Amino acid sequence: METLALADMGRYIGVGLTAIGMGGAAIGVGNIAGNFLSGALRNPAAAPGQTAMLFIGIAFAEALGIFSFLVALLLMFAV
Amino acid sequence: MATNTNDAVGMPQLDFSTFPNQIFWLVVTLVVIYLILSRVALPRIGSILAERSGTITADIDAAETYKRQASEAEAAYNKALEDARAQAHKIVEEMRADIQADLDVAIQKADAEIAARTAESERRIAEIRDSANEAVEEVARDTAREILALFGVKAEDKAIDDSVSTRVKGGAA
Amino acid sequence: MADANGSLAIRPMDQFVVRPLFGGETVGMFTITNVTLWMALTVLAVTAVMVLGARGRALVPTRGQSVAELAYGFIYKMIEDVTGRDGLRFFPYIMTIFMFVFFANILGLIPWAFTTTSHFAVTAVLALSVFISVTVLGFVLNGAAFLRLFWVDSAPLALRPILAVIEIISYFVRPVSHSIRLAGAMMAGHAVAKVFAGFAAALGVAFVVPVLAVTALYALELLVAVIQAYVFTILTCVYLKDALHPHH
Repeated sequence: METLALADMGRYIGVGLTAIGMGGAAIGVGNIAGNFLSGALRNPAAAPGQTAMLFIGIAFAEALGIFSFLVALLLMFAV
Repeated sequence: MATNTNDAVGMPQLDFSTFPNQIFWLVVTLVVIYLILSRVALPRIGSILAERSGTITADIDAAETYKRQASEAEAAYNKALEDARAQAHKIVEEMRADIQADLDVAIQKADAEIAARTAESERRIAEIRDSANEAVEEVARDTAREILALFGVKAEDKAIDDSVSTRVKGGAA
Repeated sequence: MADANGSLAIRPMDQFVVRPLFGGETVGMFTITNVTLWMALTVLAVTAVMVLGARGRALVPTRGQSVAELAYGFIYKMIEDVTGRDGLRFFPYIMTIFMFVFFANILGLIPWAFTTTSHFAVTAVLALSVFISVTVLGFVLNGAAFLRLFWVDSAPLALRPILAVIEIISYFVRPVSHSIRLAGAMMAGHAVAKVFAGFAAALGVAFVVPVLAVTALYALELLVAVIQAYVFTILTCVYLKDALHPHH
């Protein structure tokens, strides 16, 4: 029982730590959106053509956050 | 842990026993959606869009034609205006030339008249002058004869006449 | 959750359970399950929007027809912009993927709904079908020249082998990230919404706070559902572009 509780504790700490990874993804997405906005304000004419690139970039950055969320889920429910 | 099938044990996403079921129904769904889209929906929407763009293109073409016609009409109008202006100008020029010609003729006639009158007057003046000279000569001859008679000089009339007319001519000259 | 007998028994993963609709305990390959139900509803929604919406064939579109035309034009332009004009051959396939993911995501947001796209089995099949068809298409259209995709000509010669290894790894990671991104985003939002809803049940009078949070989260999830469908489709177009034009 003792060891099981200890294992649970470690698991929950690990789940909490993986949440930091999602914060990293949030920083990345914010960076992309902010840089897109500053670029778009400098050259508004070119902005509409690049929204696809914006979403692709966001998707790539966000995927990594989702990977860390997945690790959290796996720790929480599958391990 | 509850044993109810409604409760998840771990992650349901990793329950591999349900995978064949999900994949089967997914494939069925995708095939059905593909058939619906490619056989019915997409050709229909594509034809609607093509028809609309065709209509719009035709309308734009018609508008273009009308615009061209209007500009052609305007060009024709401008040309007619230009022609009329040129015509008017020409008529004015012709009229001016006519009047000028008439005027020239009249002036010439008047000049000729003036010249004729001047010549006439000069001729008369010359006549008068001639007659005056003759009269002077006459008077001079008579006077000379009288004077000679007074002094008692006998002279031939002819000699007196010659000398007087020579003197008068020379004086007049 | 580990404490099944605790007072705060929030079970955020229950909504993802695949279960038979008409009794029975086992889920066989052909069993009619909630997966079947929600996929059938997805088909119905796609039919309603794309077929019934454009039924009138009106020159000046009605509201429903505008939606169908908008979806058509959106994906058509996406393929044209991202893949190029020769990618339009695959328009019906990409449209199928977009329509399925979009409506599965949106329908999954209905309370008590089952989100088919939150399952790795579904998204992995979608992503793998894209990956395999792109790879096969790349080799069929370009032959061995398709391998130049991994050989970056613009890089210094010494770096190219290292870059090639990285490119190959990233190429094979594509289906993984492609599928897990969609399923993960869907699962995350639904699980978080469920957790907040559980708080609302547990907090008694103070339930207003988590309910407001769930409301805000729901709006975010709606956005995520649309963006994930868009992203899944545009990445399909990007991968398709590699197959059609493998040189960088």
